[in-house]
Amino acid sequence: MEDRRPVLELRGVFTHYGLVSVLRDVNVEIYPGEMVCLLGGNASGKTTTLKTILGYVTPSQGEVLLDGEVVSGLPTREIVRRGVSMVPENRRLFPDMTVLENLELGAYLRTDRRKVAEDLERVLELFPRVRERLKQKAGTLSGGEQQMVAMGRALMADPKVLLMDEPSMGLAPVLVEQVFEIIRTIRGLGRTVFVVEQNANMALSIADRGYVLQTGQIVLADTAENLLNNPLMREAYLGEL
Amino acid sequence: MSEEATTVRRLGRVERLPTRRIVLTALSLGVGAAVAYGSYRTLTLPAGARYSGSAWRDFLVLGIAQGAVYALIALGYTLVYGILRMINFAHGEVFMAGAFGSFFFADAWKESGFLDRRPLLAVLLLVLIAMAVSVTVAVLLERIAYRPLRGAPRLVPLITAIGASLFLQNTFRGLFGAQTRGYPKPRVLEGTWSILGIPVQRVQVIVLVVAGVALIALTLVVARTKTGKAMRAAAQDQEIASLMGIDVDRVIVTTFVVGGMLAGIAGVLFALTFGNISYFMGFAPGITAFTAAVLGGIGSIAGAAVGGLIIGVLQSVGPALLLTGIHVPSPFQLKDVVTFLILILVLLFRPGGILGTGEAEKV
Repeated sequence: MEDRRPVLELRGVFTHYGLVSVLRDVNVEIYPGEMVCLLGGNASGKTTTLKTILGYVTPSQGEVLLDGEVVSGLPTREIVRRGVSMVPENRRLFPDMTVLENLELGAYLRTDRRKVAEDLERVLELFPRVRERLKQKAGTLSGGEQQMVAMGRALMADPKVLLMDEPSMGLAPVLVEQVFEIIRTIRGLGRTVFVVEQNANMALSIADRGYVLQTGQIVLADTAENLLNNPLMREAYLGEL
Repeated sequence: MSEEATTVRRLGRVERLPTRRIVLTALSLGVGAAVAYGSYRTLTLPAGARYSGSAWRDFLVLGIAQGAVYALIALGYTLVYGILRMINFAHGEVFMAGAFGSFFFADAWKESGFLDRRPLLAVLLLVLIAMAVSVTVAVLLERIAYRPLRGAPRLVPLITAIGASLFLQNTFRGLFGAQTRGYPKPRVLEGTWSILGIPVQRVQVIVLVVAGVALIALTLVVARTKTGKAMRAAAQDQEIASLMGIDVDRVIVTTFVVGGMLAGIAGVLFALTFGNISYFMGFAPGITAFTAAVLGGIGSIAGAAVGGLIIGVLQSVGPALLLTGIHVPSPFQLKDVVTFLILILVLLFRPGGILGTGEAEKV
């Protein structure tokens, strides 16, 4: 792994909201084809980490690198153009637009129309249920279907790194299983995925590696297997399951 | 303990009179009775004093024509509201600026005879000039007055909009004078054309055709083009729109451009219909179109069009129908009363508008 260059890297990132410091010296490396998860409780800085990667928040110190190039400080759409897309928390589809329009918006910045059409076909093969709903308004779909559309929309950007913010949030347990099944499928496509999750058990069961964030600092970083067996982890995050 | 509390609360609800419901019901009965009485008196006037059937038809056609103009202006309010959740109260002045800008050309072309020699081309050019002027004013407004306030509490840009409206009115008054000026129209547009056997004022035919084309074009742009999709996406969720790579700032400017274009078209059509312009001409149509947007459901494009037509017809038919019978002198002076009455009733009974969510939006 040492000789490869990470697709996405956070190097000594600090962020502040006003005077309040949120992230403190966060270092994350994600290599091509990996699935990495970021775990942590409420207010640990998980969402801020994603916002920093996407340029909604600018680090007060440190930098974010995409394919070895510094992207922190660039506007969000430039970072998206360079190959980062996200499945946002609570899916956040455009409810009054059709499912097809939602998917098309995922490819908003792409100009290679033929490749976009192919990717659309691939997404619909991945989620046959979505194909039946193409002309429907996205707001009328069930939670599980919406999650598929949100994933499809992010895939339509053909990203180098796919970010997922709490994919299991607000879904019934049955659906959580389903969602992680989908994530596993996406992983099977060879995509590089960075998942932020509270559901540590579930996330570690499908990830290669994991980072644990606590009050803005990375306190643990290891392979998923080691984290699952780590006594500290078992006590703090895996206990309740 | 908690059970007890629930019981008390339930009792409270039974004992409290639904005051709001009672007041609203009484009000709706009152309005209904007044409308019925006024209409009845007007329609049963002695034969000589009564409006003929063709007069009513003319009112209706005029109503639809001016309604189409209101619809064009209303779209400017609704598009901007949709994306910024802000009422651009200076939009009436954007409309006025377009009419004013084209006036100088119309006037010169009347002198030179171009207006009568090539009326179609001339009107088309006037519309384009008005669009350019209105778009310029709208974009400057966004840039100078509204953009710096993005993220400020919603009351702040609202007050700024009212200030910008007064600023624009007084600028135009200072530069071009307070007098009302006659807006020339090509001689061909005097008189009527027969449409389906009905004589219709030629100006109104032009108004309906141009407004119709503009409405269809807007609908297609919003529904089909990438820009239109970006506009709708940004209106629904700005943060996620930017996550898709949409440049939200540019979409907002585009929205002001589109609103300005429609206002410019409306400016020329309005000036041709009523034959005069002044620095203050944006006020009443602006408020009327705002009412139309609220009536249709602010934020809804179809709602703005429907609301504009309804208000236009009610303004032209309403005063005659309701007030002639009870011998109110010059009922048409009271057409703005109709507008504001509708605004108040909509806000009371269906704050979300006809095609809106049915919920009140706090401004």
